[in-house]
Parts: sequence; structure tokens; C-alpha cells
Amino acid sequence: MIKFFLMVNKQGQTRLSRYYEHVEINKRTMLEAEVIKNCLSRSKDQCSFIEYKDFKLVYRQYAALFVVVGIDQTENEMAVYELIHNFVEVLDKYFSRVSELDIMFNLDRVHIILDEMVLNGCIVETNRNRILAPLFVLDKVAES
Amino acid sequence: MSDVVERTLSALPGLLGQHDPGTGPGGAGGPARVSATSRLGSLIRSITALTSKHEEEKLIQQELTSLKATVSAPTTTLKLMKECMVRLIYCEMLGYESSFGYIHAIKLAQQGNLLEKRVGYLAVSLFLHENHELLLLLVNTVVKDLQSTNLVEVCMALTVVSQIFPREMIPAVLPLIEDKLQHSKEIIRRKAVQALYKFYLIAPNQVQHIHDKFRKALCDRDAGVMAASLHIYLQMIKENSSGYKDLTGSFVTILKQVVGGKLSSDFNYHSVPAPWLQIQLLRILGLLGKDDPRTSELMYDVLDESLRRAEINHNITYAILFECVQTIYTIYPKSELLEKAAKCIGKFVLSPKINLKYLGLKALTYVIQQDPNLALQHQMTIIECLDHPDPIIKRETLELLYRITNGQNVIVIVQKMLDYLKESKEEYAIINLVAKVAELAEKYAPNNEWFIQTMNAVFSVGGDVVHPDIPNNFLRLLAEGFDDGKEDHQLRMYAVQSYLSLLGEEDALYPQKFLQVMSWVLGEYFSLVTDVDPEVILTKLHSLLKKTYVTSETKAWIMAAVTKIASHTSCSETVDKLIQEFSSSLDTCIRQYAFELKHLCEDKALMKNLLPFDASCNDMVVDASLSFLDGFVAEGLGRGAAPYKPHHQRQEEKLSQEKALNFEPYGLSFASSVSSSGVTGRQSPTGLSFGSDTSGNSAETGHKETNTLKLEGVRKLWGKEGYLPKKEKVGKENEPQTVSCGSLLAGQAGDPPVLRSDQGASLTEEDKEKQQLASTLFVGLGSSAGVSLMGKADTATQKFKRKSKINETQHSEEASDFKSSAASDFGPLLDTAPINTEDSEESTHTRSRKASLCSSDIVEDNLAFETPQSLKKSVLDDRLSDNRVSQSSLFADSNIEIFQPSPSAQCESASETLLVPSLPEELQELPHSEVLELHQSDALALYLCKAWTDDSLLLTVLISNKTTSALNAVNLVFEETEHFQILESPTHQFPVIEAQSLEHCQKCVRMNKICTQGILSGSVSYQSEMETRLEFSVTLSLMDFIRPMEMTTEDFGKLWLSLSNDVKQNIKMSSSQDSLSAALNTLQQKLKLHIVDIIGNEGILACQLLPSVPCLLHCRTHSGMLAVWFRSPCAALPDGLLYQCQKVMGES
Repeated sequence: MIKFFLMVNKQGQTRLSRYYEHVEINKRTMLEAEVIKNCLSRSKDQCSFIEYKDFKLVYRQYAALFVVVGIDQTENEMAVYELIHNFVEVLDKYFSRVSELDIMFNLDRVHIILDEMVLNGCIVETNRNRILAPLFVLDKVAES
Repeated sequence: MSDVVERTLSALPGLLGQHDPGTGPGGAGGPARVSATSRLGSLIRSITALTSKHEEEKLIQQELTSLKATVSAPTTTLKLMKECMVRLIYCEMLGYESSFGYIHAIKLAQQGNLLEKRVGYLAVSLFLHENHELLLLLVNTVVKDLQSTNLVEVCMALTVVSQIFPREMIPAVLPLIEDKLQHSKEIIRRKAVQALYKFYLIAPNQVQHIHDKFRKALCDRDAGVMAASLHIYLQMIKENSSGYKDLTGSFVTILKQVVGGKLSSDFNYHSVPAPWLQIQLLRILGLLGKDDPRTSELMYDVLDESLRRAEINHNITYAILFECVQTIYTIYPKSELLEKAAKCIGKFVLSPKINLKYLGLKALTYVIQQDPNLALQHQMTIIECLDHPDPIIKRETLELLYRITNGQNVIVIVQKMLDYLKESKEEYAIINLVAKVAELAEKYAPNNEWFIQTMNAVFSVGGDVVHPDIPNNFLRLLAEGFDDGKEDHQLRMYAVQSYLSLLGEEDALYPQKFLQVMSWVLGEYFSLVTDVDPEVILTKLHSLLKKTYVTSETKAWIMAAVTKIASHTSCSETVDKLIQEFSSSLDTCIRQYAFELKHLCEDKALMKNLLPFDASCNDMVVDASLSFLDGFVAEGLGRGAAPYKPHHQRQEEKLSQEKALNFEPYGLSFASSVSSSGVTGRQSPTGLSFGSDTSGNSAETGHKETNTLKLEGVRKLWGKEGYLPKKEKVGKENEPQTVSCGSLLAGQAGDPPVLRSDQGASLTEEDKEKQQLASTLFVGLGSSAGVSLMGKADTATQKFKRKSKINETQHSEEASDFKSSAASDFGPLLDTAPINTEDSEESTHTRSRKASLCSSDIVEDNLAFETPQSLKKSVLDDRLSDNRVSQSSLFADSNIEIFQPSPSAQCESASETLLVPSLPEELQELPHSEVLELHQSDALALYLCKAWTDDSLLLTVLISNKTTSALNAVNLVFEETEHFQILESPTHQFPVIEAQSLEHCQKCVRMNKICTQGILSGSVSYQSEMETRLEFSVTLSLMDFIRPMEMTTEDFGKLWLSLSNDVKQNIKMSSSQDSLSAALNTLQQKLKLHIVDIIGNEGILACQLLPSVPCLLHCRTHSGMLAVWFRSPCAALPDGLLYQCQKVMGES
């Protein structure tokens, strides 16, 4: 099961956070700080999975942005590692070459995309067209 | 999808005029540039510009204040509100609570147009948690949107329902969502299934009646809907795999089609077809095929194909391969597949890609218990990983080593773990690893000194975060000892010596738990060390008592130790000084100890009597009824005092007077009354509380739990067989061992010594070191491989061993008997195996023989299934040849229902030909079920019958001996489950079953934890030529434990008021039971409920869950519905009964 999905930049600023198990707000910031500290402390030739408390972190770095996913012991690390990439590819398609700015200024849309992919900590959709379809409809309505 | 867009647009002409320039991707300038001018943009930019946390806080507080004003202003437009919501989401993300906005998020979801509504729902799902009270306000909006003609709104509502929804409001939306399962659009059906998955997670009982709809979803023509249903199935199969074996064929077919690339190409990810779907299916297959040869056989083909197809070098195929390997090693083994999987693991482990290496280590850790040879193959890689610069890899390697530890390599492995521990700072890692070290030390310690020193390291490194079981286990081990008195003596003596020298070190700080262990051991066994004056020990303890870092809990332990030592010395200055010093201590607990000690010192005879030497394991006789106080009580009553009432009685009386709501569950009050009597028992007139180990902190009940030495349920790991046999070898030193293991390793590699010596010449120093480490690490693995080759019998004995430990206290005699026999079984194998290569050759021999056996089995079964499978294939191929049409009919239900392979049907027909035995006479009187066949083998037939007596469920197991000779020592064992409890003992032994005869045994079963249906499994083992074990399982339903409860209407009223858990639900009545009495009669007949009374259109019923948990029902009819209201002291019971009611009402 996926416990949380984070996007944090190198400076430790959270760009997106979604928790699939309830965590108090003040504990979230502490957790995020520790998580990013853990990720930053690792070099490129170390593996992308970190054992952290009773769960694992799977992270991937895109330019200055880290995508970090917290998972429990039952999850397949590599599958989650690729899920991150799939998510970024979807964002890339939607924003046509996504940047950190896109994510910052379109927080709601990024959330909507993520909600289509991960629900209750389960990977529910990975087909790019199907992930984006509902959002495209919303955009069309808003545009016209 | 484009038609969804069209329909939406045509349904919403009113919205066309609304234009939102602030957002919208794909616009000319791209989304970022447009949005950057918005308020969110300026907020983000100003925050990014800040340099300190303090400034950020100030800015956000300002922002929140202005947002608060804006959202509560009546003039705020919905468009602005949407903007505010995004900003609020941003603030919460940074860690600033904005609870004032929650209600507005709900309002936005209610009133907004499409995008605004979506943002409203999004904000709700981010802000609120499952039990937030505001969530109830969302229900109406959701219901409205679910009924909307606009598909986008329906989608949003379904999304939010599957994210967050109040459990108690599920009935309000359930019918609407069920309707959506038939919707023409896939996205709606898919999201409806996701919503049902959520309901299944939070309230499984509420969706039990729609299980057949899940099946429909599984066969949906759209792959997305099917994939969504897999989440539900994975969950259900995890809970009860035996209920879904019939679907194995379907899952296999689906996986075959996915792997074969039959899905449309937009499901591909980097040209791999639907990888996450494949992973999900592989997990399901693993669960279904576990320990089930027949089901496993169905999936061998597709697993093989998956392995073959995933040959492209991409991360995602590695993920699939990993899952595949795990499944292959989980299901009933097939040698060919195992070989391929092992090769795959080898590729992973050797890969230069670090992520892949990690995955390989993880897979290796998983499979190593079944196949230790794999560790031997990769030993050099494992050694390299042990010194890997990445601590994560190191840790995973240690995990792997932990699984292959045995008596010969334990010293090296534990040393490696301790090395890692010394560098590690993360608390969780420490707790985890320390527990493992302690476990290994107890299991495999080669000698006393090593054991004590390792445990010292555990306690000092682990500090106070170690699990309380560790010190408890350790002390218990010391206290109980082994059969060999001399050995015990030495171990204890060594412990005392070691602690004395540790305490002798100046300025050393030890963790509290370690100090507690030390003081207990010193107090208990100080006299074993004859060359140390007790006065010296007392001085050391005394100085500890004065240290400020020692907590008062630890001081209690130390005081107990002092008391024990004092009882064995005639008179001591230190004790006198100590009494004087602490009699005025501010810590009341310590002060009490000092006084107790003082009084005891005045009466040495009593003290000796009270604190006998080495009696911590003796049973204490406690007069729990406090009969010695009878005179005192009689005197009190004579003077007119009120008689004592137990706590629960007082509470009941209070309740019946007040008729108030009772928020306390009944179980609790009982527990507290027990503990209170325990406390009174301690304050016995003897002054000092019980013995040494309970350390009598009667004043400090809060610490009671942690302070006492827990004797029940503590595992005793360091058994005789893990300890003594190795002891003999200690004298021989390491040399012969390494030699023998060297040859063993060489044997595994294929070429005996020649190769090794060649290598030796060319190896560098470092490599030699590694080689040596390898030989110490992997020693003994070959022999254990030999053991595991014995197959089933071996795992059976191990399982039994584990169980015997749990029951140890009751069946200590039996268990020890068994242990000694087990030791004699294992002993020679362990000793001989490492010595010559011949042995291992032989073992590989048996292995290949076994493999061929298996494969012939498979061929046979393939024959049996060939027809349905080939039929299925041809039909599928036909469909697939025709592109579009086949796409939609791929997952049509006909597919699954017609070509279901039906092994169960086959065996049923086979069993019918056999005679079913009749029940013993005394049971035929009782209401009972039909006699079910559980198991048939050549020698035995097992049958089972349930009989429902007034006070329990009686399971009768009938065992018939079909052979022509008598069977001796037939053992029946029920496995413990959390749901059920077998009264008396879960085992039964038939000393002998004569040839061709039938024996039976009866067991009373209670339900401990409520579930609508649960599995009770067990096994029958007997000794013929070899130990044989037959496993079986029975499904028990909640209704097996429900009995009518007779009571008057008045009693009902009283009880009703005192119960706190209630559940209300409307149940549809079918036309045949249109009247209340008809409906109630159905409930009475089918569910054994007792009808207490019927008044007008209301009726009350009562029943009880055995032994005596009542559940009351209040029923009322209105417009074709039966409104049922349940109340019970147990929260889960109403839910369970509700499900049963729905079922029987639906049936009739």
C-alpha cells in the first residue's frame, strides 16, 4: 500500500503532498522534512529505496525536484519507482514539458491527475489517456 | 472519451458562457505563465523569496487572515472561492492549519460549476479525515451529484466517495452506486467499483450482498473496470483464499491475455502491456496457489510465459519479474519454474544496477528458507553486499543472513549485526535488529560466555527502546534453566560475574532495562559466586540507588535485589545505612521498600521463608479468595457495614437506576475488577509483596506491567536442542569445522578441492579474507538443505514445535517429550551432513527424484484439464482474430462461466460414491448438520459434523481407518485462530484406530472475535511408515454461534437501555413476507432469533452469541421496508447479524 505521495524540491519546499492515511498537519511537516533530508543525503550511486521507520521510501529525482513515495512492506519497490515515472510522464504530456513552476501554479490540477492514478493507497489507473480524460473535459468546459 | 465530452457539453449549455481566464492548460501561453499572475502565483512567489521560517510563518498568517475574511464574505463569487481553496490547500501543505475553510470547501463542492465543484471536492478530500464530523454535510451533495445527468459530476462524486466517506452513511449512497455498475460508460463503472472497494475496506459487511456484482465487474468487457475489481478481489482473497479458488481459471486467463498483448496499446507502458495490472494478478495468483497443488497447477503455464515475456531490459519488467519470482516461490513448487526463477534472482543480484541488486537481495531473502542453496550460489555477492557503501543494501543483506543463521555461523552473523548496530542511529532500525540479535542468540548460542556477552551488547546498544519481551525472555531463560543443572549453574554464575565487572566500571552509564536485568540476576543468583563478598555487591547496588539517572522503576528492581541479598546475610552495614538513608526518601515507593526491608531485617526467619533461594519459577499458592480475612469481614458485617459488591455489580446497579447511556464496554469493567483484587492480594499482611520478581511495587500500580516478569506467552527460544549438541563441539575448536565446510562448499560448486587450492594461489589478501568470511557465514547451509529436502515431514515437525511452545505451560511434559524426540531426529543429520560431499550429492539425488515425481503428477493433471483449456483457447483465439469486436467481448461473463474448470465438481462426484459414516447416537438427537467429508486419502477418511447445542457449537470429527491394519497415535490438532477458540484443548489423540473402523472426537467451539464467516483449520497426523499429515479446514458461520434468547418484554426494555452499540438499517421485504409477522417468522426460523413480542407494526427479538453476548432487535415495517434496529454490548455483533438478516430476507 502507498502511504503518501510527495513532491519536494532540493531546498526542502513541499510542492505536493497527498496522504493516504491520516496524519496530523504538524506531524506532516516534520515527516516531510525528515524524508527529504533522507533523500538528499543519498548519492546517485546509492539505491532509490530507503528503509525508513516501519515503511519504505521510494524516490526519484527530476532536476531539482524529488518525487518521494512512502510504501509499506507489501508493495513492490520497483513498480512504485516506475509509477513515479509514469506520473511524471503524464504531467509532461498534460503540461507539454512540465516544470516545477507548472506544478506549483497548478496545484489543483496535479492533485486531480494524481487522484486518477492513486486512490486509497492503491494504483488504480496507469493508462495515460484515461488518466487525463476527466481533466481534459473539465478544461474544455472551463475554456468555452 | 470524446463522446463523454460531447455529452457533457450538450447537457450543460448554461455553463458555456462562463469563462475562466486564470487557468486552463493548453492555452496559448501554457498554464504556468497564465497562472503566475493569479493570487496563488503571487503568494508562491513571495514565499519563495523569503529566507527564514519565521518570515514564512508571518506571511502565511497574513494570508490566512485575508483568506478568512474573503471566504466568509457573502459577496465572494464561486470563482474567487475556488481560487481561495487552492490557496488554502497550499497553506495546509506548508503545515498551517486552515480549519476555517473546511466548511467552505464543502459549500464549493455543493454549489460550484464543474471545475469549481471538482476543486471543492479535492479540498474536502485533502482537508478532512475519515471521522471528521463535517463530512456528514457532504453526503447530500454526493447523493445529488450521483443522480446528476452530467457524467462529469457523477465521476467527481464517485471519486470523492472512494476517497473519503462517512461509514455510517454508506446505506444512503449504496443503491445509487450499485446502479452505476450497469452504466454504459466504462469510466463510471470503473469508479463505481472503486467506490465499492472503499466500502469494502471500511465496512465489509455492508457490501457482502453484492459479491456477485463484483464477479460481473471482473468479467466486464472493459479492462479498466476489470482491473478495478482486482483490488477488491486481492483484499478478499487475502482474508479468505479458499473462497475464491474457483476464480483461479479466470485470473489465469486474464493474465494470459494481458501478457499476450491482447489489450489495446494505450495500456502499454514503455511497450510493456499493463505492467501494474500484471503485478496485481500475480499477487492474486500467489495467494490462491499457496499450499494448494491443484490450484497451483493451473497457473504454471502462465507464470512461465510471464517470465519469458518479460525479457526486455527495463525497470518495469524487473518489477514484473520480481513479482513473478515471489509468486513462483509462494505457490506449490514446480522444479522447472523454480529453476528459472532462481536464474532470474541470480541476474538481479549480480546486476551492476543498484536498484536491481536491492530487488535481488529482497527476492533472495524471501526464497532462501525454501532453497538455502541459492545463498551458497551467491555467497560472494552477499559478502560484497555486506560491505557495500550503501547502508540500505547492508541492512537488506543482514536481513538475508538472519534467515540463514544456524548454530555454526551464528557468531559471525551476530557480530556483523552488532557492527551495523553500532553505526546505526535510526531508532526503528535499532529496535528491529536488536530483537533479531536476541532471537538468534537465544536460539543458537554456542556457549555461555558468548550468550551472556551478546545479550550484554543487546541491552547496552538497544538501550531502553528494546522490546520488553527481550529482557523478559532472557530472565525467564535464566530462571527456568534446562535439564542440566550444572549447565544452568554455570550460565547463571557467568552472568553474575559479568554484571559485577560491568558495574565495577567507573562512570559507565547503562540503560534502565539493562540495570533492571542486572539487579534481578544479582539478587537471585549472587550466592553462586563464592569468591565475592555480598557486602561488595550491596555497596555497588547502593551506589546505583543514589545515581540520578536511575529511574524510580529501576530503583524498585534494585531494592528488590537488595532485599533478597540481605535475606541471606546475617547483618550488613550497607543495608543498615541504606534503610536509614531511604526511610526518609521523597519517593514514596522507595520509602515503602526501605520500611519493608527494615521490618524484615528484624525477623530474619520470616525473611528467609519469604525469599527462598532460586525459587522464582516455583508456583506460588495465593489465596485469591482472601479467606484469611473472613473473620475481619464477619466482624465488619456484624457492626453493620454494607456487604461488598464487585465492581461490575455496582456499575450495573447504578445503570439500572440511572437508565443512562453506558459508554463503557462491559469487558473492561470485568478486567479492572480482576486487577483490583490482584492488588488487594498483594497488600497481604506479610508486609513485603510476593516475591522477588514481582518486586512488589504495590504503591506503583502504573508500573506493574513492565516490572513483573511475564511468564505467560513468552517464547522460550533457547531450547535444549539448539544449545547442547553444539556444546560438545566447542572443545574441538574451529579448525575442523572450517575444513569440513570448505569441502562442502566446493561440493556445491561442482569441483572438489582442486579448484579451491588453485584459487587460493591467485587470490589477493582481500579476497582470501572474503573467502574465509564466506566459509564461516555459509557453513551448515548445505546440511540444512539436506534437512529441508526431507520435505513435508520436516516442516510439519517444526510447526508443531512452535505450537508446543505456546502451550508450554499447560503441556510442558508433552512438549519436553516431543522436544527430545525431535532432537534425536535432527541430531545425527546436523552432525554428519557437513562432513562429506557424498551426502550432499545424495541429497541432490533425492531432490531430482522428487522433482521428477512432481512433474509426472503434473502431466497427469494436465491430461485431466486439457479439454476445457484447449476449448477455452480456441474460443478465445476466434474472438481475438476479429479486432474490435473481440476487444469488447474479451472479458464477457460467458467466458468465465462456461469454461470454468471444475476440479471441485470432479472430486465431489468421486466422494459421493464413498459411504458417508453415520453419526454417533448421542448426537443424532441434537440438531446437527449433514456429515461433511473433509479429506480422503488412501489410509484415512475424515468427516465432520456440526451440532448446535444450547450452549456451544459441537464439532464432531470422525476418522475412519480404511487400511487393513491398525493406525497408532493419531493426533488431531486444531490450529489457533483469532476468531475461534476450542474449549479445553485444541488437540486430541486417538491412541489407536483399528483397521476398517471409525473413531470420533468432539470439540466445543466458541467464537472469540466476531466475523460472519471464518475458517477453522487443523490437521490429523499419524505414524505409519512415515509421519503423515492431513490438513483440513471447516468454514464456521456466525450463525453457528447464535442462539435464541428467551426474555420478557420488561427485561428487554431494561437491557435495551443499558446497551450502547446500535446499528439501524432498512431491509427490503420481498412480496412473500409483506406482513411484519411473516418477516419476523422468517428471522425466527432461519436465524434462530427469539420473538419477544409483537405490538402493532413493531416487533422485538432477542438472541445471544454464545456464551452470553446478547443482541436485541427492534423491527418496524413501513412501505415495504423492514427497519431493523440492533443493540448489543459488542460492536461487531450487530453488523454481523445485519448481514445475515439481509441474506435471509433476500433469499425468501
